[in-house]
Amino acid sequence: MADRNTVDLGTGSDDVQLRFRNDEQAGIAAVTVDSFLDQPDAEAVRVEPGDDARDLLPHLSRLRLVEVNFPSFGDGRGYSAARLLREHGYTGELRAVGDVLIDQLRYMRRCGFDAFAPDAPLDEADAAAALERFDHVYQPAADAAVPIWSLRHG
Amino acid sequence: MYQYDQYDQAMVDARVEEFRDQCHRRLEGKLTEDQFKPLRLQNGLYLQLHAYMLRVAIPYGTLSGTQMHALADIADKYDRGYGHFTTRQNIQYNWIKLEDCGDILADLAKVEMHAIQTSGNCIRNISSDQYAGAAADEVVDPRPYAELLRQWSSFHPEFAHLPRKFKICVIASEKDRAAMRLHDIGINIVKNDEGTLGAAFYVGGGMGRTPMIAPLIREFVPLDQMVTFCEAALRVYNRYGRRDNKYKARIKILVHEMGADEYTRQVEEEFAHLLEQGVEPPTAELDRIRSFFQPPEFVAGLPAKADRSDPDFALWIDRNCSPHKVAGYVSAAISLKPVGGIPGDASAQQMHLMADLAKEYSFDECRVTHAQNIILPHVEIGRLYELWQKLDEADLGTANLDNIGDIIACPGLDYCSLANARSIPVSQKISERFAANGKGELLGELKLKISGCINACGHHHAGHIGILGVDRKGVENYQLLLGGSEAEDVSLAKITGPGFNEDGIVDAVETVADLYLERREDGERFLDTYRRLGMDPFKEALYG
Repeated sequence: MADRNTVDLGTGSDDVQLRFRNDEQAGIAAVTVDSFLDQPDAEAVRVEPGDDARDLLPHLSRLRLVEVNFPSFGDGRGYSAARLLREHGYTGELRAVGDVLIDQLRYMRRCGFDAFAPDAPLDEADAAAALERFDHVYQPAADAAVPIWSLRHG
Repeated sequence: MYQYDQYDQAMVDARVEEFRDQCHRRLEGKLTEDQFKPLRLQNGLYLQLHAYMLRVAIPYGTLSGTQMHALADIADKYDRGYGHFTTRQNIQYNWIKLEDCGDILADLAKVEMHAIQTSGNCIRNISSDQYAGAAADEVVDPRPYAELLRQWSSFHPEFAHLPRKFKICVIASEKDRAAMRLHDIGINIVKNDEGTLGAAFYVGGGMGRTPMIAPLIREFVPLDQMVTFCEAALRVYNRYGRRDNKYKARIKILVHEMGADEYTRQVEEEFAHLLEQGVEPPTAELDRIRSFFQPPEFVAGLPAKADRSDPDFALWIDRNCSPHKVAGYVSAAISLKPVGGIPGDASAQQMHLMADLAKEYSFDECRVTHAQNIILPHVEIGRLYELWQKLDEADLGTANLDNIGDIIACPGLDYCSLANARSIPVSQKISERFAANGKGELLGELKLKISGCINACGHHHAGHIGILGVDRKGVENYQLLLGGSEAEDVSLAKITGPGFNEDGIVDAVETVADLYLERREDGERFLDTYRRLGMDPFKEALYG
């Protein structure tokens, strides 16, 4: 069982319960993807499951916060959106909001999310345990985890 | 066979602990049933009509004797002394208690097995040719590629909440023994004109309510880009697959609605991007995996013929044994379809025996087939008779591979909460009818497949003869279909007309079988005759 003191879940203000960044937290992203594209000054955007995250790619440098909404935890489009943004070099805050649950945290972290604003607050001991449980991963993603094949072959 | 290293073992061990913790939080009320359901499903745990059902993964259908013994022990210890081998080359236990589940997973982990992603809207167990590594006609053993994909797809963070389940199949011969083109992704490892191996990708096949044959979307993906191509194919699906209607959520619907050309274009675009991301394991990893699938130490110069003086044995050889790439050996099929039996079921005692026989006769290896039988892949021809005698004593020596007694059937309304009709009693009656009238062997290859509802787990769309159970005003009714095939001559079966009741469907099967016997030409199988004659004469015989 994981040592529950080893995971720093971070702190966030307002509704951001878990945050794995050291920079100053941005507010909330009240701007839809469509509005964002029309507002040259906007620094934050909220991505809904039906949005195409690729629309944001030309604007990554001005973004500080991308919120990806999970209206229902079973709708996994946000995982692809997040990983795609990271693959294209987005380094700002990537915040999962909505129906964010303990057992999805690890995969969300792996896809590049570094802040979480769940609709219902999470039990932090359970969250830490879930994030710590697996020592290894089989495949590279948007996090720093080294895949098992790399450990095998150096 | 593949063997876990410390990393593989750590992954399954951690999964056991994770699932115990999830069950614990469910019991504490920290997880709602809706939240818990996908978690248990991704561990193969279904809630069926009468009890929990646990589906255990058998990657590409390959098992060691030790693993088969362990499956038997689980049947004895936690179930009712039997298990059910499935059309996805897995095994299911039908009478499981939720509170035992963690212990079962721990028992499985001890023999390098698991139930990871055997259900749920994620990438499922990778299936393959049951004769892999043995078949005389294969280009290469497909299993190393399946194992590479098993590892890549296990706990894949991006693809754990897909629109719907996702099934991948890998074969490596022109003959398709694994229903490759009826998978979400079917991969055929091929050799190009330069003699280089690569992967042909077929995407968007499947059965269910809307059966589709997967179109070819890329003729040749270099083997050192295969994982990346899969990743691209999945990402496009995850982005666009329908989530508004679970019956339209499979990738086959996306490929159909978007068009194979546009889907392919998007995959190629994503593929080009992902090639820059370093997601492909190095070839050293594929080499490492391949080293586990080296051929066993076959003996040269063994006798090429068996003594056929026992006619029952001679029949079994002809019907159940397949050509091997090494002279003096065959692959032998153990039929789990005794006359009147439940297709795919095996008792713990039978599983123990098959495990012992695998060790004694087949380099400690056996395979599960999508047709719900067991294969001993590497048996010396000279030892077949003693093997067959031992099988026959345990009711495992039935000579009916691919004939009308070798029925694929889903669990149906006897177990399944989705079913509209029972499948098992119908399969039993058909099996008994054709054993009693002696026509079974006369008919030759005739693949009969029964599903108890439109979800098509019994592959009725792909049956030379298919049967679909439906609910008609509260009464079980069975539709008859003809002309399907899951093999390299893949086709989808068509409904003959109005359905039949339980006894009527057995008569109807005999009617179409008789018409075939009457009208067949030299060397034609039932399917060939149907294709030549078309539906009309069969309709005429059925409905007059």
